[in-house]
Amino acid sequence: MASTFGRRWGTASWSLSAVVAALLVVVPVGMLAASILRPSPDVWSQQWRTRLPGELVSTAILLSGVAVGAVLLGTGLAWLVSAYEFRGARTFGWMLILPFAMPSYILGFLTLSTFGRTGPIQDTWRSWFGRDAWFPEVESLTGAIVAFTLVLYPYVYLLARAALRDQAAGAYHAARTLGAGPTEAARRVVLPLVRPAIAAGAAVVMMETLTDFATVQYFGVDTVSVGVFRIWNGTYDRNAASEIATLVLAFALIAIGLERIGRGRARFGQSGGAAAGIERRMLTGWRSWAATAVCGGVVVAAFAGPVVQLTIWAVREQTGDRGTPLLDQYPGYLWHSLQLVFYTVLICTVVAVAVANARRFGGRRSTQLASRAIAVGYAVPGPVVGIGVILTMVAVDRGLEAIGLDLPGFVATGSLLVLVYAYTVRFLAPGLSAVESGVGQVPEEMTASARTLGAAPLETARRVHLPLAKASLFSAAVLVGVDALKELPIVLLLRPLGFDTLPVWVFNLASESRYQQAALPALSIIVVALIPVFLLSRRLDGASR
Amino acid sequence: MTALRVNGVSKRFDGAVAVDDVSFELGDHELLALVGPSGCGKSTLLRILAGLLPTETGTVELGGQVVDDGRHAVPPEGRRVGLVFQEHALFPHLTVARNIGFGVREGDRAARVGEMLDLVGLAGYDGRYPHELSGGERQRVALARALAPRPALLLLDEPFASLDPNLRSRVRDDVAAILRSTQTPAILVTHDQNEALAVGDRVAVMRAGRIVQIDTPERVFHEPVNRFVAAFMGEASFLPWEVAAGEIAGIGDGAAPAPLAMVRPDDLTFTIEPDGAASIDAAEFRGSSWCYTVRLPSGGTVRSLQSHLERVAVGSRVTPAMRPGHVPVGVTDD
Repeated sequence: MASTFGRRWGTASWSLSAVVAALLVVVPVGMLAASILRPSPDVWSQQWRTRLPGELVSTAILLSGVAVGAVLLGTGLAWLVSAYEFRGARTFGWMLILPFAMPSYILGFLTLSTFGRTGPIQDTWRSWFGRDAWFPEVESLTGAIVAFTLVLYPYVYLLARAALRDQAAGAYHAARTLGAGPTEAARRVVLPLVRPAIAAGAAVVMMETLTDFATVQYFGVDTVSVGVFRIWNGTYDRNAASEIATLVLAFALIAIGLERIGRGRARFGQSGGAAAGIERRMLTGWRSWAATAVCGGVVVAAFAGPVVQLTIWAVREQTGDRGTPLLDQYPGYLWHSLQLVFYTVLICTVVAVAVANARRFGGRRSTQLASRAIAVGYAVPGPVVGIGVILTMVAVDRGLEAIGLDLPGFVATGSLLVLVYAYTVRFLAPGLSAVESGVGQVPEEMTASARTLGAAPLETARRVHLPLAKASLFSAAVLVGVDALKELPIVLLLRPLGFDTLPVWVFNLASESRYQQAALPALSIIVVALIPVFLLSRRLDGASR
Repeated sequence: MTALRVNGVSKRFDGAVAVDDVSFELGDHELLALVGPSGCGKSTLLRILAGLLPTETGTVELGGQVVDDGRHAVPPEGRRVGLVFQEHALFPHLTVARNIGFGVREGDRAARVGEMLDLVGLAGYDGRYPHELSGGERQRVALARALAPRPALLLLDEPFASLDPNLRSRVRDDVAAILRSTQTPAILVTHDQNEALAVGDRVAVMRAGRIVQIDTPERVFHEPVNRFVAAFMGEASFLPWEVAAGEIAGIGDGAAPAPLAMVRPDDLTFTIEPDGAASIDAAEFRGSSWCYTVRLPSGGTVRSLQSHLERVAVGSRVTPAMRPGHVPVGVTDD
């Protein structure tokens, strides 16, 4: 017999590997949450007397402001392109997701440089209305809310559009035949049906806002996340940092709770059949122009305008009389970014492949639980992941020391290992969901056929699952890689001394108002980030055809 | 020697019994048809035999070796049990030749693939991909793929269900012929009783996780152990034995009394008599024959198959009788 060990042993080892992968993600969050059990009163009282109250208020205002803004903008635009026909409606359908490729830390400094006190808009304004003419303060909470809204609305837009196409169309038509006008049908039928999608989008938007502590600093806004960053960078006091980070986690839990409430008892579900979407009404005259102008305005403000501005700056910088000092530094930053991307993609893909296959070969309950736990990682804000990983690695280091294995510098805060681990916690989820959908599409019967033809699980994975899931493996690598390339908060928190990536470079230059110099690295990040956006837009078009 | 010995195998899913204390043996060159209504546990049983699911109790022996005893189970890749699915499950990224060669070791792969292609009549199809084949061709590739590693036992799970009816009986006969020519012991799962009767050396009838009867096709059809088997294997009417013996000539004599008498339409004939105690209730045209519903004086009905030349008006008075040579069958109620 080919087998020396029983089936159950094989099943258990697959289950175990999935559970270990899930623990990689869950343990840092758990370690961080547990730190609240041993609070240090002096840290809290000191924080409470100084920054904390302001940080809590700013965080609450920022999160609700961005959520409301993104919901209004995202849902409105989704309704506009789904229900109406106007000049460019179809093109805007996919162009409106372009801001996905625009990191907030890039749009943030462009907003400041354009509308800020020294920017061209205020200059013009003052030349028209005098030196003391009133202009809204851009370096403010409001400015940050506007910038985040423009970058993050696509999450709501995308989910709302899919819901409109898949779920609401049939009900909308039914309502129309029952005598409701278009507006009434939208209000009474479509909106309630799309509400779960909007709630889910809003939750993602809040998480993404919460994870940031770089962009908000341009605007002089202090959130709880900034507080964590400041404590860690200033004092390297991991206890204090982790205790404040539990507040970030609390905000994340509130966002999840709000989503549950917003979603109500409704659950996502496809109505099935040919989802033709809502019949589009033709807009005419000024209405058509207005719709085009709104969509065009958003695309210009959130994507096209910034890209043009960055291009102008980048060209001017390279052709300036100072020569091209930037180009000399570029390879160094790029190399750091690529190292991070490479290791993160490698680890995430390998772990995702293992977990996706474990769902076939391992125990049903344990592997399903593991895969759900991993999915949570994407929702955990960067500061929580960062500090949680530090706590975990310190514990691992102590454990190794206790058993006599002293590896100096192994987990020294700021080693590349710590950074890659934190990236894995955060980006394993999108990688896993891509690979899982690919492997999940291989029928169970095909796995069973391979097994009965003599192929053991590993061989079945190699000869059947992987060739059939090749495309999903590729998209997993792209998704993880681009996320890892764009990531700023975690790398700011955990990077080894002197380990500057392209986003860090952009952030440092922008923080010193050297906008023109920041243009080239910023553009390179946007160009790479466009890859998954184009993959996504192709799928959008395919589905709506 | 026996190819397979199943002893007291049971399996539950979340408390619901799927396979319930099943025991049977399979001869060395035997083809067993496993038949039963959907959800009766036949596919689960097949998966246990293949090693895709572990059994909870009992043992599975292949070629005299225990492969699953409820604690240790040999994984499917170590069992030499072939499996053919309804949807064929051909690997879409591999050619016909590489599909068939999947389970064969490198050394004799090419020779074996050629042999198999000849066997299933698909010589020259080596380089095609599964999506370039018709349903019947896919079926044959799936069979060739499962037979290529010379399995000790072949399991076929509703292998013809996805074929259209015209093709079905021809492919079915081909498959049965191939299995007999290779002398591979096999279990064919089906929910179609005609298929089971036509193909199986023996037929096992399953219901609610249990094998209720396992016997030759003739005996399962003509001597069912209970009303369920009788009704599942073919059209039949059931009457209390006493009533039937009193109202249908030929039932009272011969057979030992049982709770119920089973009367199949081909068992029953009648003569038209103006003072007959029974009457024709309905007539149904079936092409080569007429099927008459005969209402007995007691109120019960039986059906009778007659040549299409015999045309009897509805309402005619008749006297029913067993056809000469047809022995009445007694069954238990359930």
